Amino acid sequence: MRNAAQIVLLLVVLSDLAILGTSRLSSCIRGLAAQGFLLGLLPVLIAPHVSVHAASLAVGTVIVKAVALPWFLTWAIREAAVRREIEPIVGFIASQLLGALAVALAFAIASRLPLPGMQQPLLVPVSLATLIIGFVVLTTRRKALVQVVGYLILENGIYLFGLTQTESVPFLIELGVLLDIFVGVFIMGIVVFHINREFDSLDSTRLTELSD
Amino acid sequence: MRLLALCAIPLVTALVVLAARTFRGRRVPVALLLVVAGAHLALVTSLWVAPPLPALGGWIAADPLGLTVLTLTSVLFLVTAIYIVGYLRQEAPRSGRVFAGGLLAFLAAASVVALAQHLAMLWVGMEATTLSVAPLVFLRRDRRSLEATWKYLVVSSVGIALALLGTFFLASAQGDLGRPLLLPDLIAHARELHPAWLRAAFLFLLVGFGTKMGLAPMHTWKPDTYGEAPSLVSGLMAGALTSCAFLGVARVSEVVAAAGLGSFAQPVLIAFGLLSLGVAATFVIGQRDMKRLLAYSSVEHMGLLVLGLGLGGVGAYGSMLHLVNNGLAKGWMFLITGNIALATGAANSGNRGLIRTLPASATLLVLGLFAVTGSPPFGMFLSEFTILRAAFDGGHPWIAATILVALAVIFVGMAALVLGIVLGEPPAPTGRNLGAVPVRESRWLVAGPVALAAIVLMLGFYIPGPLRDVLTRAAMALGGTAP
Amino acid sequence: MTPEGLLALVLLGIAAPAVPGIAVKTKSLLTGRRGPPALQLYADLAKLVRKGRVYSRTTTLIFRAGPIVALVSLIVAALFLPLDGREAPARFAGDMVAFAGLLALGRFALVLAAMDTGSSFEGLGASREVTIATFAEPTMFLCFIALVLAAGDLTLSGILGTPLAAAWPHAGASLSLVGVSLFVLLLAENSRVPVDDPATHLELTMIHEVIVLDHSGPDLALILYGSALKLTLFGVLVVSVLVPRAGFSGPAAVALLFAGLGIVAVAVGVVESVMARVRLVRVPQLLVGAAALALVATILQLR
Repeated sequence: MRNAAQIVLLLVVLSDLAILGTSRLSSCIRGLAAQGFLLGLLPVLIAPHVSVHAASLAVGTVIVKAVALPWFLTWAIREAAVRREIEPIVGFIASQLLGALAVALAFAIASRLPLPGMQQPLLVPVSLATLIIGFVVLTTRRKALVQVVGYLILENGIYLFGLTQTESVPFLIELGVLLDIFVGVFIMGIVVFHINREFDSLDSTRLTELSD
Repeated sequence: MRLLALCAIPLVTALVVLAARTFRGRRVPVALLLVVAGAHLALVTSLWVAPPLPALGGWIAADPLGLTVLTLTSVLFLVTAIYIVGYLRQEAPRSGRVFAGGLLAFLAAASVVALAQHLAMLWVGMEATTLSVAPLVFLRRDRRSLEATWKYLVVSSVGIALALLGTFFLASAQGDLGRPLLLPDLIAHARELHPAWLRAAFLFLLVGFGTKMGLAPMHTWKPDTYGEAPSLVSGLMAGALTSCAFLGVARVSEVVAAAGLGSFAQPVLIAFGLLSLGVAATFVIGQRDMKRLLAYSSVEHMGLLVLGLGLGGVGAYGSMLHLVNNGLAKGWMFLITGNIALATGAANSGNRGLIRTLPASATLLVLGLFAVTGSPPFGMFLSEFTILRAAFDGGHPWIAATILVALAVIFVGMAALVLGIVLGEPPAPTGRNLGAVPVRESRWLVAGPVALAAIVLMLGFYIPGPLRDVLTRAAMALGGTAP
Repeated sequence: MTPEGLLALVLLGIAAPAVPGIAVKTKSLLTGRRGPPALQLYADLAKLVRKGRVYSRTTTLIFRAGPIVALVSLIVAALFLPLDGREAPARFAGDMVAFAGLLALGRFALVLAAMDTGSSFEGLGASREVTIATFAEPTMFLCFIALVLAAGDLTLSGILGTPLAAAWPHAGASLSLVGVSLFVLLLAENSRVPVDDPATHLELTMIHEVIVLDHSGPDLALILYGSALKLTLFGVLVVSVLVPRAGFSGPAAVALLFAGLGIVAVAVGVVESVMARVRLVRVPQLLVGAAALALVATILQLR
């Protein structure tokens, strides 16, 4: 069980780097769906024994993160004639290097914040790495949809960290968190849809009318 | 039971409004809004008279801090509902369902935030307030509001995500000491919490909820959002939403104060506070749009709130008093700005001579200017004075001087725009511009702001006993002293 | 230098031309054709050796020396690889740098020979080849660093041999990442899809093929054999990292190595048939991605 969880966590890091390196919007969404699926596997792999709590959380996560959200994001860009991201503010090569740097930073920070009795030593560094990489995608990409993907990667990182606290965060709250994220992305998707209609592109660098 | 009702009634009504077929079409179910708002305020008043027991296994309770924010929200909501009656006679939102549903959902979410004792539940409520307001910002569906909504969503969502991480950090700090993430247990075991995780939690929660408050440097969404949303929505956001966000910061401050990490937390709070004051002072000068001006004023007041927390001593009481005053005054100012926008199309420096065309609103606007910038005899003066006193007591005369300078600059900046709008000759009507025609100000549009103004004025002279008591107890929980 | 080691090296040299052949055969079968026989390269080499040479008047000694230097450097580099999973014919601390340097020397010789012809096509190919090398070299070193950290040994025999086998149980994850990174490196250094299409006949799209455009007869035979040998050497790297053979006896380990080489060749064929060649500007991104993988593997070792 322990090795399986380790492999899954490493695959999560790989999916982060893959999303960082791709320019195709559909690849971004597919990478996100893969990440959601991996995240759904984790509660069952981490729990010392399979419980109803862990199983239902796993199912809920897979449904929301691996199926519903990617499907919805695909719907939102169906109207858009956009298929590819143009060169982001930080180039693709620099993004990949930033991503690797983020992993290094995450491991360094994680070694300073010890969690006693931690079964999975990789969980905290991978969560911090995913968080930082999500933040990088959110801030350096131009297309509004890729920014939403970055936000979801950020949330995935936080979800990973939440897995270290499975006892203190009851099922109801996790459900509430998932629901909140779903509704949030739902609203973002609607706004992206309208941005596409209004501005005829998903390029968020065009949203510059308001300023002081 | 009452606590549950406070959260459930608005939520159920919101769901009904959004789902039921009878509400399709553009008509806004105003009567429903008024009924729910009235019932909500009645329930809240009963909480003051007969304090309730914690419910849901201790997850929700009406402690002094939460009760203050809840009352503020309830009052503002009722006033806004009354205002909507008059508003709808002049403008109709594109989707009445979304408008009413969003407002009701916001009330429910704010109630959850105010009453929550379980910090993860507080987070869920906070995120719900963000999401319920987003469709309201986007009501006009034009390019500018679209841009504002996008910025609001992205920045707020990142902030809330960081707050979630902070909440998880807090759970890590707690380990298995007491029931997880429940405020009373956290405070009881405060000294045994893991200090590194607690510090990290404090920072993340401050940044995360500070983004929702609109503290600098996370305030960038505020001017755009308040500027593009309908004024009554901006008023609710500036009055109620920011207070709920402040509640999040205050909760973690309670834990930090109980854990004795005050020396770590206070400089951070003071830094954010001073930065907010500085940013507000800088951007208020030369501001031409009334709503954006009020947004920067909101940034200033959030900075003052956090400063009061950080200065300690009697500053915590000053912050609590300021919370109440600011909420009411912002609601008042935004509703009046809404009147101006309804009459002339846009509340910016293009207007002139409002004292002749909209006498009631103009008077309230000028009075509001004095209230919001902290002049006597309004309540803000008292709360700001208390915070200054805390600065001197704590041996920080330079901080007090900085605050005074910032307040003076902000007064000048705001007065320039407000007086420019109010005084002078109204522009002659040119073709489509009918701004000079005196518009009848219906009493629905003016009654609410007048009521709010009266309360703020009263708070400048006399603070009712029960209120004073609740504020003092809240301040003590935050690690401060009684005034 | 044991007799077994020498024998294994000779066997490798004989088997080298089969590896690209298997890759091409796999690709053909997967794309619905019958394709050339897997041992086609032997026949090609035999044919070329019997042909005459043609040298352009603009070329000098550099052009004639290029293929010879390239092949010799590859053969010397092969001496450092532990073919039986334990011991290489030559070893000293830091010999991985020598390995990389010898490969670079071979590439340098070919590039010089290409530029010596004075043709614009070859110049184009030369600049592209060297650009790719700029990104590939650091990736290779990052992989070596990760392997050194895992195995705790500074020789190629160590990081591909017994210490690596001992490190697999607890460093398995990062070693898999290194294996993947090395495979991407294999594709890049040997000009396979998605970096370069060996089957293209359009000179403007070639990278490696265009460098050797002017060679003929026995020189071309040397170059073709050299490319096959380079592919085989990288295959040995990949197989040694992913399949630790230190526990097996000598002949069994060598047999396992050749089996692994066959699998690597099939994998290359599969990749070639599934993917298309990427745009030239994306090749550095691909290599940086491989470097990022190696970096992550290194970080996993450091904690």
